[in-house]
Amino acid sequence: MQATASLNYDGTFNGLLTCIFLSYEEKLEVIAINPPDANKGDFFSEILEVITDKSKANRVLKAFKSYVSARGANSVYNAYLSEEPGIELEILKYFQYTFKHKNNVDGDFTNPHVLKIAQTAKKVRREKHRMEAFVRFQLTKDNIYFATIAPDFNVLPLINKHFTSRYSDQHWIIYDTTRKFGLYYDLHKTEIISFDFSINTDKAEANQYIFNDFEMDFQELWKKYFEATTIRSRINTRLHHQHLPKRYWKYLIEKNPLHN
Amino acid sequence: MFDRIKEKLEILADAAKYDVSCSSSGSKRSNKNKGLGNSDGMGICHSYTEDGRCVSLLKILLTNYCIFDCAYCVTRRSNDIKRAAFKVQEVVDLTINFYRRNYIEGLFLSSGIFKDADFTMERLIKVAKKLRLEENFNGYIHLKSIPGASDELMYEAGLYADRLSVNIEIPTVSGLKKLAPEKDHADFIKPMEKVKNEIIQYKSEKKLIKNTPKYAPAGQSTQMIVGATGESDREIMLSANHYYTNYNMKRVYYSGYVPIRSDPRLPSLGSQVPMLRENRLYQTDWLMRFYGFNVNELLNQQFPNLDVEVDPKLSWALRNPQHFPVDINRAEKETLLRIPGVGLKSVSKILNARKYRKLNHDHLKAIGVSLNRAKYFIICDSRGWETRDLGSAKIKSLILRNSVGKFRKEYSSQLSLF
Repeated sequence: MQATASLNYDGTFNGLLTCIFLSYEEKLEVIAINPPDANKGDFFSEILEVITDKSKANRVLKAFKSYVSARGANSVYNAYLSEEPGIELEILKYFQYTFKHKNNVDGDFTNPHVLKIAQTAKKVRREKHRMEAFVRFQLTKDNIYFATIAPDFNVLPLINKHFTSRYSDQHWIIYDTTRKFGLYYDLHKTEIISFDFSINTDKAEANQYIFNDFEMDFQELWKKYFEATTIRSRINTRLHHQHLPKRYWKYLIEKNPLHN
Repeated sequence: MFDRIKEKLEILADAAKYDVSCSSSGSKRSNKNKGLGNSDGMGICHSYTEDGRCVSLLKILLTNYCIFDCAYCVTRRSNDIKRAAFKVQEVVDLTINFYRRNYIEGLFLSSGIFKDADFTMERLIKVAKKLRLEENFNGYIHLKSIPGASDELMYEAGLYADRLSVNIEIPTVSGLKKLAPEKDHADFIKPMEKVKNEIIQYKSEKKLIKNTPKYAPAGQSTQMIVGATGESDREIMLSANHYYTNYNMKRVYYSGYVPIRSDPRLPSLGSQVPMLRENRLYQTDWLMRFYGFNVNELLNQQFPNLDVEVDPKLSWALRNPQHFPVDINRAEKETLLRIPGVGLKSVSKILNARKYRKLNHDHLKAIGVSLNRAKYFIICDSRGWETRDLGSAKIKSLILRNSVGKFRKEYSSQLSLF
């Protein structure tokens, strides 16, 4: 009988790939793969601490990529970014299914793991698109366009390219307050930053100190525009909430009272 | 200074909101040399109004002063409303500042017609030109083609705009005569024709000379008001089809008429905006453009109006039972597309998945097919399928009984007890 094992990894994509490598190397029947802060309530299987090994990770990825399409490889990465409990195991199953068939299984939606990965990746891509839409920059006194987000999934790595190519002549920061890191673009390149984020954006006093003198005027103009462009005789609250779920309102200037 | 701008913005955004086009996709303008913005990917809806429409572009009029008096229009000269006009620079500044804050994808600029068509068109072009050349702006620009504007101006407009559009507004020539007697149908067609020809020419020149300047890369669109005059759905869709085929339109928009004044020629104030009808027209439009339907299959002499109770594809299937059932595991793509309850995405998933194994009921459900409609029209790898020959009327009533529709309350003929 194969040994069953729970794997603990460091939460990185390479770490996950190392787990997959290990499951083949040691012929393990993996029943769970856990990121650092996950609930680990299983007493009946061996728990292994997996140390991320980039060369092992690359070997798995290379073998995987030799079978799947670019879309399939992207879906796996996107699904990983969902950070959903148990997604690691689904990814392992997807790899196993691919290696077993030695073929691209990307379109095989009758396989529950393939379908699960495709659906999860879709959710992540939708969140990515939403962040590209709902980020609202505020101009600071030192001329940086600054925005905070708290997305459901870890989409910062995915939106990097979009914002870098779009706002290539202005300094900007997008900071993920849940995951405590951000992107900073300095007119040349975009870098990952993390800092002690203690700015309280709710305080009018603080805002006056931090933001550009005209920032509030533009926010007010945008709010006015948003109100004026609504057609009162066609109000459809259900549709409004469907397109603009309430959990995103916290970013949106047009859905909030002005700070001052 | 911001107070005056705020007032103008309120007036001129309010006046522009009845234009439904909000698309910001389909262009190919990438960011070069560290400029501002790009519009080379898909469009993005940055927000949604409370009526559920997408806010993608800063949609405003340059001015709402107008020399015309069209019955259906809020800015007609006889209407007693506040008037305002933006300066060219003001529009440029607003666009840039909104864009930099990630509020919008670009600018949608329309205008009332002051002095004459060419004078107005010139101003619109000035804004776009300034954005492109002085601000190095690569965001999306949608300009209105002013009916009657000269060919030279229409050529210039296409150099800076991503999309151009003329709103035909009233689907029939006779309707236009009645509601806008001062306007000439030919004036609408002229700029449309010019833009179409320029786009064709640009595409052929582009093949020979790589750096041919871009010309309206996102094509042109138009809009029709629905329910202002008494057209049938068939007349509207035939007219739409005409613009799709003869003027290579990217989109035709349908705008349910919102009553704004009492006029014997128009539906009375307080009458309902025909939203369900608008929805059915869009469904028909999609069937024509993406599902391979011919307009005459959906609407013809016998069926001049769309069925309000069921969607147009289901309605077509019920009228043409001889095409069904379709075998999910064998049928061609074109045939799959015609099954009610099976959309574009499901079709592509079915085509992919059936390479691996025969699909059954559960597979289809997991893929996302709407089985409550589809099950009467298909065969797949499951037993226990609808084998009875039910007949169209029976199928329709079964589907209506076992489903919910968001517009159902508007046409329910059943008596409610309470």
